[in-house]
Amino acid sequence: MTLDEIRPGGRARIQKNRAAGAVKQRMMDMGFHRGVTVEVVRNAPLVDPVEFMMDGQHVSLRHEEARMIEVETL
Amino acid sequence: MTKRKNRAVALAGQPNSGKSTIFNLLTGSRQHVANYPGVTVEVKRGNFRRGLEKIELIDLPGTYSLTSYSSEEMVTRDFILSREADLVVNVVDASNLKRSLYLTFQLLEMGTPLLVDLNMTDIASGRGLAVDGEALSRELGAPVATTVGNQRKGGRELREAIAAGSKPSAFRLDYGPLEPALEEATSLLRSLFDGGNLPFRWMAVKLFEADEAVRRKILARGEKGQELLDRVAALAESFEAAEDEDPQSHIGLVRHRRAEELQDLCTRRTAPAGRTLTDRIDTVVIHRFAGPLILLGVVYGLYELSIVQGYKLTEYVVPWLSRFQMAVEERLPLAGFWQDPLPRALVSDVVTSINSVLIYIPIFLILFAAIAVLEDVGYMPRMAFILDRLFRRFGLHGQSTLPLILGGVFVGGCAVPGVMATRVIADEKARLATILVVPLMNCMAKIPLYTLLVSVFFASHQGAMMVFISTVTLIVALAVAKVLTLTILRKHPSSPFVMEMPSYHVPTLFGVVQRSVERTWLFCRKILTVIALVAVAVFFLTHYPKLPAPAMEAFALRADEIRSSFLKAIEPTPYAAQLADEETFLKYLDVQERYRQARMAGMSDAAVKRKFAADPELFSLIQLRGDDGKTLDRAYKTLRRDRLTLIHDYSSARLDSSILGRMGQALEPVTRFAGFSWKVNVALLSSLAAKESSVATLGVIYRPQGDDDSRSLGARMREQETGFTPLHALALMLFMAFYPPCIATLLMVKVETHSWKWALFSLLYPIVLGLAAASLVFTGGRMLGLTGFPAAWAFYGLALAVTVLLGLLSPKEDAEYDDETVICAERR
Repeated sequence: MTLDEIRPGGRARIQKNRAAGAVKQRMMDMGFHRGVTVEVVRNAPLVDPVEFMMDGQHVSLRHEEARMIEVETL
Repeated sequence: MTKRKNRAVALAGQPNSGKSTIFNLLTGSRQHVANYPGVTVEVKRGNFRRGLEKIELIDLPGTYSLTSYSSEEMVTRDFILSREADLVVNVVDASNLKRSLYLTFQLLEMGTPLLVDLNMTDIASGRGLAVDGEALSRELGAPVATTVGNQRKGGRELREAIAAGSKPSAFRLDYGPLEPALEEATSLLRSLFDGGNLPFRWMAVKLFEADEAVRRKILARGEKGQELLDRVAALAESFEAAEDEDPQSHIGLVRHRRAEELQDLCTRRTAPAGRTLTDRIDTVVIHRFAGPLILLGVVYGLYELSIVQGYKLTEYVVPWLSRFQMAVEERLPLAGFWQDPLPRALVSDVVTSINSVLIYIPIFLILFAAIAVLEDVGYMPRMAFILDRLFRRFGLHGQSTLPLILGGVFVGGCAVPGVMATRVIADEKARLATILVVPLMNCMAKIPLYTLLVSVFFASHQGAMMVFISTVTLIVALAVAKVLTLTILRKHPSSPFVMEMPSYHVPTLFGVVQRSVERTWLFCRKILTVIALVAVAVFFLTHYPKLPAPAMEAFALRADEIRSSFLKAIEPTPYAAQLADEETFLKYLDVQERYRQARMAGMSDAAVKRKFAADPELFSLIQLRGDDGKTLDRAYKTLRRDRLTLIHDYSSARLDSSILGRMGQALEPVTRFAGFSWKVNVALLSSLAAKESSVATLGVIYRPQGDDDSRSLGARMREQETGFTPLHALALMLFMAFYPPCIATLLMVKVETHSWKWALFSLLYPIVLGLAAASLVFTGGRMLGLTGFPAAWAFYGLALAVTVLLGLLSPKEDAEYDDETVICAERR
């Protein structure tokens, strides 16, 4: 399962980040690491991007970027 | 330690850590602060004194990490590696210690002496978190100071800690299973650089993070460097095989886990975690339905406050500006009867140009203050969040919202701050596209021509036409952005959308006012010199070459006639002889005109009296009552009217034969299709310097004829340009809508793109676009027999259709993205 498939309100644990290069680094800098629990807060009014929360910190990604992150649902 | 008088200290930290407020707190200098990721892109410097020591503070760009993927991070890294600063102050967000420490570790890894500044402790305690600075200091092996930057607390302690300095820390992250590989790489690096004074361990870590800048540095060492890289690649591969994780992810994860450990160790929860206020606000502010409505409300409020209310305030500026102009003109040689001496003509032209920009100061002050509030509050990323999807369809970015608004999405912005604001756009491709379309927005200088034409030619549809012009520009801009992205910008790199949504903050009045004044001042300083220079250039283009001698003689003859009939009219009064003297006559005219101006500028009786204290005789003459006074007044009235007509005729004849006039005539065969006569061409050409002058130039061209001074310019245009129809007006408005950016904007485009090529492109493409749109409407409208109003909406429909189609066109955007990913993956 990938992070973009989790509906708003859902929670998931990150298993693997399949992105590479700058995209991957940016995501890691924002706290997307293996084992981290992510809460999907909400979609933007036009559905994309999506807002996530990790440990009280809010970050938004586009769906196509969230698709790179493999997760397991909680 | 020897007596050192100067030290350099760098300030580093993540965006939204309050780094800029700390910079202000320490230096007290005027400096930009904003609650928006990455607003401090430039390196700013300030200083403060401590005893004999002068400490220079360098505000490095806010960065989340220290990779080589962005210019901000490279600037920060290179500066720290240069060792110019003997101390780096790392501003840390106490309310989000874990994320902040992620950067702190990287700074420590670089081996620089570090001082940690625990900032925003108030927000942390508001969230029920108490951070133990001493424990943190012990763990990191670096001194820790505590501040609350926006309440200006802790400055003294921080200054003391800076003065005390720090030593390189012994802190070292343990990368676990990667350690053997790291150690091998470190010793290889040491021998490659002959044991030079470089942070070898840091470089080794960077190599396993596939850092391009460090790789290049090693490749520069030739074959040996290549060997080293090959070895690192092999080590990385075997690590990945053994651990089922690539080194880059592993390194990030180790930093993350260690930060988590330290956070647990050094913070104590004093209250249970609840939903923060920011969460609760966001449920409304970026709500599916409420969000866009609030956004519209914010934009509307921004316009209402700055443009509508600010415009009312310009009423208070105008009298001061005319007083300024008067004060300058009084110091210049006297005006001639019909031909001013060159210094006077030139300088008063320049002052008029400068005034036409200064009049916008109230608008800028309010506009910049409102933007500062939005930035400090933290609304900007929300705006980007709401609109990203829409803008991305057209190759722009969520963060393009602010630049477009500043440029004047609806009516009345300014492209200069708009282009400046593109700096925050993280995606280089979208940033360039935004820079190029911001000038298509409706800046304030385009408005006078719109209002003139709409009020005259679309009198019964004024509201609808203003809606038309203000929305058609956005529609076309989106289409242009998409076309640019698909064509010339295709090869430019595109970045991911990974954006922090920072906590909301209450802005401080001081910060907002300070920034508004500072930005307005910067704007004026940048613009005024350019405006003045361009005004000089336009002056010569419109005044030379001079009229041929016979034409000049004819004007001189007319001048003599006007003057002698004035003298004849006042013969019955005792002043005829006095005014027959050439110099007294000119002085008399000058006093009359200045008196008129003083009255118009709203000067009080006493002030007027003081003003003319130097010329008591002439002043009493113009205020003369009784029969003589009446005769004089009547004669002067006729004289003034005839003189103005003469001056108008002369300046028009001069403009016709000037370089600009000839250019306008030469262009007529092309502009004919857009319905522009050569006179309109001249007005448009002269607007290149500053668009607001289009109306002024039209005013000179369509000068009042005879004594009919009171007729509006629009009416004169309609009369004198036989057959100037609403369709002509529409074509002209559209051309103005897509008018090339002014000189000031062009300079800003050059600054932001670092290239004259882009600046030149941004000058040329709107001309083509504008001419094409105007020709389409004019020639097409004619062929279809449409009048102005239906033609406008036909164009609108066409533009909308094209834009929607372009928006739907998504040229394997996703595929491209995947390709890139695959390439990146293969390279690894």
